[in-house]
Amino acid sequence: MTLSSIAEKVHAGARITDDEALFLFESNDLLAIGELAALVNRRKNGDRVFFNVNRHINHTNICVNRCAFCAFSRTADQPGAYTYDLREIEARAREALAQGATEIHIVGGLHPDLPFAFYREMLRTVKGVSPELHVKAFTAVEIDYLARIAGLSIPDTLRELKGAGLGSLPGGGAEIFNERVRSQLCPEKISGERWLAIMEEVHRAGLKSNATMLYGHLEVFGDRVDHMRRLRELQDRTGGFQVFIPLAFQPEHTPLKLEKKGTSGVDDLKTLAISRIYLDNFANIKAYWVMLGEKIAQVSLAFGVNDLDGTVVEEKIGHDAGASSPQAMSREEIVAMIRKAGRMPVERDTLYNELRTF
Amino acid sequence: MLAGIAEKVRSGGRIDRAEAHWLLTEGDLLAVGRLADGIRRRLHPDNLVTFVVDRNVNYTNVCESRCRFCAFYRDQDAADAYLLEAEEIYRKIEELVAVGGTQLLMQGGLHPALGIEWFERLFREIKRRFPQVQNHSLSPAEITQIARVSGLAVPETVRRLHKAGLDSIPGGGAEILVDRVRQEISPKKIGWEGWAVVMREAARLGMPTTATMMFGSTETPADIVEHLFRVRELQADGGSFTAFIPWTYQPGNTELGGKTATGAEYLKVLALSRIVIDNIPNLQASWVTQGAKMAQVALFFGANDLGGTMLEENVVAAAGCTFRMTKEEMVELIRGAGFRAAQRSTLYRIVGEF
Repeated sequence: MTLSSIAEKVHAGARITDDEALFLFESNDLLAIGELAALVNRRKNGDRVFFNVNRHINHTNICVNRCAFCAFSRTADQPGAYTYDLREIEARAREALAQGATEIHIVGGLHPDLPFAFYREMLRTVKGVSPELHVKAFTAVEIDYLARIAGLSIPDTLRELKGAGLGSLPGGGAEIFNERVRSQLCPEKISGERWLAIMEEVHRAGLKSNATMLYGHLEVFGDRVDHMRRLRELQDRTGGFQVFIPLAFQPEHTPLKLEKKGTSGVDDLKTLAISRIYLDNFANIKAYWVMLGEKIAQVSLAFGVNDLDGTVVEEKIGHDAGASSPQAMSREEIVAMIRKAGRMPVERDTLYNELRTF
Repeated sequence: MLAGIAEKVRSGGRIDRAEAHWLLTEGDLLAVGRLADGIRRRLHPDNLVTFVVDRNVNYTNVCESRCRFCAFYRDQDAADAYLLEAEEIYRKIEELVAVGGTQLLMQGGLHPALGIEWFERLFREIKRRFPQVQNHSLSPAEITQIARVSGLAVPETVRRLHKAGLDSIPGGGAEILVDRVRQEISPKKIGWEGWAVVMREAARLGMPTTATMMFGSTETPADIVEHLFRVRELQADGGSFTAFIPWTYQPGNTELGGKTATGAEYLKVLALSRIVIDNIPNLQASWVTQGAKMAQVALFFGANDLGGTMLEENVVAAAGCTFRMTKEEMVELIRGAGFRAAQRSTLYRIVGEF
């Protein structure tokens, strides 16, 4: 196996194998990997780079799980623990609408006491502010938890939430599927198999979702390839994933103690680029600037990335873990960032319909 | 256009201003990076990335120049204006030596009252106490100021400072070597030819120098290209530049304000620097303005050196940009990109490999 044999395959539009993906991770030829990823992306998306205008609402940080990589979760009696009531959620949704948001992104902790009705009401509240707002809410981990609270099957839970206004699902909680790593990172969280099974139900229920991968902690390159393989296989069956989002681990303030201070710039760009090459059945690869920083996120547009997430307002989870990026970027700032990379900014909605070209 | 330029670069030819302008404004980032990386690997085939262990000592923040892009300067009567005592400076150098540092980078404002005797006395004593430390200090603007305050010609000033112990001169204050831009951002600072006069004199005396560029303020792409060609031409004309160091304007707390250059812009200018200035051996990545992640990526866009570990840095920090790096982090960063890491002297001799 050589870089040029892999390049030949990519040029021919063929799928690369797990071993080939691993070879790329172990290669130091950053520019060659970037060129292949840029080629794959150009075929799919041309010059266009997506962003959307959204607002994150993290409705609670109280969580029954204690994941080692998380600096956000609290117990109910810990200082800084909070839960928004429906009025606070409504106020945030109104504010977002006034700022031109098309999407409300809701994820939170696994709260020990909130009843299932709260989640339905939360969705109805946001849709009540404007039926035009798309609500992208609840990771597969939360769906599993809500089903247990409600005493419902996963399909029934999804039907209830969809009826209350759920538009699609974010891709969080995937972390790394490998069981050995997962048992150290987040032993109480649902397994990788369960995450994938829930996403399959989500897609069967006619809902789209995203997919993430948390990297740069205890995993090895083989775990990243394994993670992407399982996503590629599920995507072959359902086609329900809209975008893949690698998330760079932010070690500050988290219980997980590592020697390194976080991922390196080369690792970030390689991971994004290799995911673009390997996940040939995903339309979009997103650089989450909140965790990568604006500079690397912008540079990643030359490394196969075609989506820069939204003009996030009030992000808490990454920032609690020490992310040094600003809390929000305006539409103008994101447009300027894309243009300065020589690309065409396109505002999209949550389902990747194009709203406006800049 | 790209194919023609690539052919020229690969065969070791030199591109012209129009081609450089095209690369900067129209060229694909990875394509420009690829050309720069080719030159970098030709000039440095040993897969080595170097850094120096150094300390900035900013002896005064009193400055008559009052550049609009600067957040560090103070008027002499300001409450937080300072001039370091000689003993304080020696103490800082002792700390540098204690951590295995080899380079002292002393820089300060254009002080209205510090004549050449002040510097001569200081440099002689530094040489006497710390003969192992390379005194890599001042900048053309400071040297011109010392000449003015002392009523001396610039060449005589450079000669006397050299004789007193100034080993080499860093290329700060170059900003953009185009006088229209200098008028906008630093109207009271020497013009580009004043900068060149000092560097030519230093080269004539056999003193090594470096050249910098601060971009991302009010210059146009054509100004950046002009800067790169002027540096290349100075070097071709007997210059003694060991390294070129582009970095980005930091707008925090400055009169000029505005935004800093983006990551993609930085990498493209860096790569273009490598392509145009093929007669200066080393190109430094600026982790101080770009952060560790971008500095690592810069190693694939023409940079072969990470500059100094900077035990102390005050000027960029005053503009709200406060990245820090230890020697260990630098080694880790270099290895993580697949290169061998080495500590070097100011003149790029290898001090130790990791």
